[in-house]
Amino acid sequence: MSDLDRLSLHVPEPAVRPGGQPDFSNVKIPKAGSVPRPEVDVAPEDIRDLAFSIIRVLNRDGEAVGPWAGLLSDAELLAGLRHMMMLRAFDARMLMAQRQGKTSFYMQHLGEEAVSCAFRRALRKGDMNFPTYRQAGLLIADDYPMVEMMNQIFSNESDPCHGRQLPVMYTSKEHGFFTISGNLATQYVQAVGWAMASAIKNDTRIAAGWIGDGSTAESDFHSALVFASTYRAPVILNIVNNQWAISTFQGIARGGSGTFAARGLGFGIPALRVDGNDYLAVYAVARWAAERARRNLGPTLIEYVTYRVGAHSTSDDPSAYRPKTESEAWPLGDPVLRLKKHLIVRGAWSEERHAQAEAEIMDEVIQAQKKAEIHGTLHAGGKPSVRDIFEGVYAEMPPHIRRQRQKAGY
Amino acid sequence: MARMTMIEAVRSAMDVSMGRDENVVVFGEDVGYFGGVFRCTQGLQAKYGKTRCFDAPISESGIVGTAIGMAAYGLKPCVEIQFADYMYPAYDQITQEAARIRYRSNGDFTCPIVLRMPTGGGIFGGQTHSQSPEALFTHVCGLKVIVPSNPYDAKGLLISAIEDPDPVMFLEPKRLYNGPFDGHHERPVTPWSKHELGDVPEGHYTIPIGKAEIRRKGSAVTVVAYGTMVHVALAAAEETGIDAEVIDLRSLLPLDLDTIVQSVTKTGRCVVVHEATLTSGFGAELVSLVQEHCFYHLEAPVVRVTGWDTPYPHAQEWDYFPGPARVGRALTEVMEA
Ligand SMILES: Cc1ncc(C[n+]2csc(CCOP(=O)(O)OP(=O)(O)O)c2C)c(N)n1
Repeated sequence: MSDLDRLSLHVPEPAVRPGGQPDFSNVKIPKAGSVPRPEVDVAPEDIRDLAFSIIRVLNRDGEAVGPWAGLLSDAELLAGLRHMMMLRAFDARMLMAQRQGKTSFYMQHLGEEAVSCAFRRALRKGDMNFPTYRQAGLLIADDYPMVEMMNQIFSNESDPCHGRQLPVMYTSKEHGFFTISGNLATQYVQAVGWAMASAIKNDTRIAAGWIGDGSTAESDFHSALVFASTYRAPVILNIVNNQWAISTFQGIARGGSGTFAARGLGFGIPALRVDGNDYLAVYAVARWAAERARRNLGPTLIEYVTYRVGAHSTSDDPSAYRPKTESEAWPLGDPVLRLKKHLIVRGAWSEERHAQAEAEIMDEVIQAQKKAEIHGTLHAGGKPSVRDIFEGVYAEMPPHIRRQRQKAGY
Repeated sequence: MARMTMIEAVRSAMDVSMGRDENVVVFGEDVGYFGGVFRCTQGLQAKYGKTRCFDAPISESGIVGTAIGMAAYGLKPCVEIQFADYMYPAYDQITQEAARIRYRSNGDFTCPIVLRMPTGGGIFGGQTHSQSPEALFTHVCGLKVIVPSNPYDAKGLLISAIEDPDPVMFLEPKRLYNGPFDGHHERPVTPWSKHELGDVPEGHYTIPIGKAEIRRKGSAVTVVAYGTMVHVALAAAEETGIDAEVIDLRSLLPLDLDTIVQSVTKTGRCVVVHEATLTSGFGAELVSLVQEHCFYHLEAPVVRVTGWDTPYPHAQEWDYFPGPARVGRALTEVMEA
């Protein structure tokens, strides 16, 4: 026998648990404007640093600085602010609706609004997202009717999914939003397939896949990287690192070294980390990646560094696993407040207009909710037909399902 | 007409489909340059280019997942899983994704993919190259499941599968790739070129999914089989001299229940034969349906003849799956009951 000690297993743990002092000293945040902006046709090995740094545009004074700044006009920024505020108001109302028993379940975006709202604006009509459940901003920033989203959440008679899908699992081909799966990571590789198809057909449209930090541990994440790099698919592979996968901190999927973005490096995929709470930075990086895809330069992997301020879902209680004050300690701030401050610094916005807009937006959301509730909520009012259970399994209903439908009395 | 093996018929189906519809793409492990380990895709890359027929990384979940994405885009991927046994890494993509995309999106997105996979034993493939996983798919709503038993059907059914708007599992009994099999492994294989069903039209034709075929008319007992076991059942009927009607299901989901019910109502007896494991196999479904729909016509309990409830053995494969002797014993048993 050797004189070495016996082995022991390393199980990563977050820096603090409930009752402790929040600690983000491990999140190294570079100054806004300090990360260079390479040409889109840069060789991936020349920008390996970008997989470890964080691209930021908005500084602490609310100014847009550095090489990734200057892409958006006042009007576009105001639209972006509005989308984020809409999403936040929507979340607040739907969360309340869940508490009132109008739906079974809800997942909110609090703190992550910039990611999907800014990303959508870097895509074009016809591009396709393969989202997971925390990207409703893709729909809102594409002007998808909010009443339809609520109909889906309420599983009412006007639910576009006829009551078959869990709340928030939207679908809209027209708005470039692939039907959401509850099985994590499956959509990531499907996005690559869609992008490959677009390239096979010499189309100009591109795809985007979405995944959470925890779900990067699924094998489909790795399959997606293999296919994307092998065929140089015109796809943007997004990782939303909001620090938590339900109660499991991000170190469990990642281990203690490297970053999620760095997983792209072994595949030769350009990989960037971006401040996910900075609308301008998210937009700039998404546009960079979209241009790469459109110029047939292949995939880009983007890690959005953000923080899930709310609970994972309405079934979760985050106070059981992290300090209550952790979200306030998050060093990248609140995406809505940061963009608001920037617009005020630019002279394009004011506290008064913001307060007014907040009230108007909430009113708009409440009006939408009233319209949706006319069609019913989960346990009251109009419901999808039982007949809908049997429809749409196949393009044409086979005899055995028809027999079962008749047996059910429809 | 041309004389074709099942391999050639399958290849011809893809060729015809790729020629007619440029949205049809074929990919999978080794299928591009080399033409697949069974050569089912040989020549397709040379003919249609490497963006319509190409090699894929060894990642079944990746293959099926990307096929689903391609289908969402508007292509019609016809994918080869090298052996049915290697479908399991993609099981999630098949059963939770492909099967349900139409339903969960209310038709907003659809999934017209075909997954071809060599299935079953008889080539000394051992545990990991011989499985018959059809029951794992027939339990999944949203899939279609096809098992052809001859070149003519294989081509017509595969073209139907490619043209089908829904995901189709196409299980190719590899024991039948080069010729029919009557369960007598010691005899030389008769090639498909000597068989009437090896006579295959070169061009386009389809066989409807969901329709069984009666391979042998009879009035004493109904044998329900599919794939390799159709040939074994035919041999058993000849060798026992029992007047058996042999039904080749061809499509397990959807299933041609009418043909089964009509036949069993007429004969009053039924034997179900498949190569897969007994317990919770597709035979259990068939027996339930027969007792549900034909109970008052039955003159004997319905009997199953299947593979054993063990992993697939390498050296004893001839003892594993049912041959004419085992099927013959079952026929005699139900006739005497
Ligand atoms: C295949 C699979 N395993 C487990 C789950 C249960 N589940 C739902 S969300 C979740 C955590 C996901 O965390 P992450 O990927 O970080 O995304 P986030 O919710 O933080 O945005 C888990 C384990 C699931 N839906 N699918």
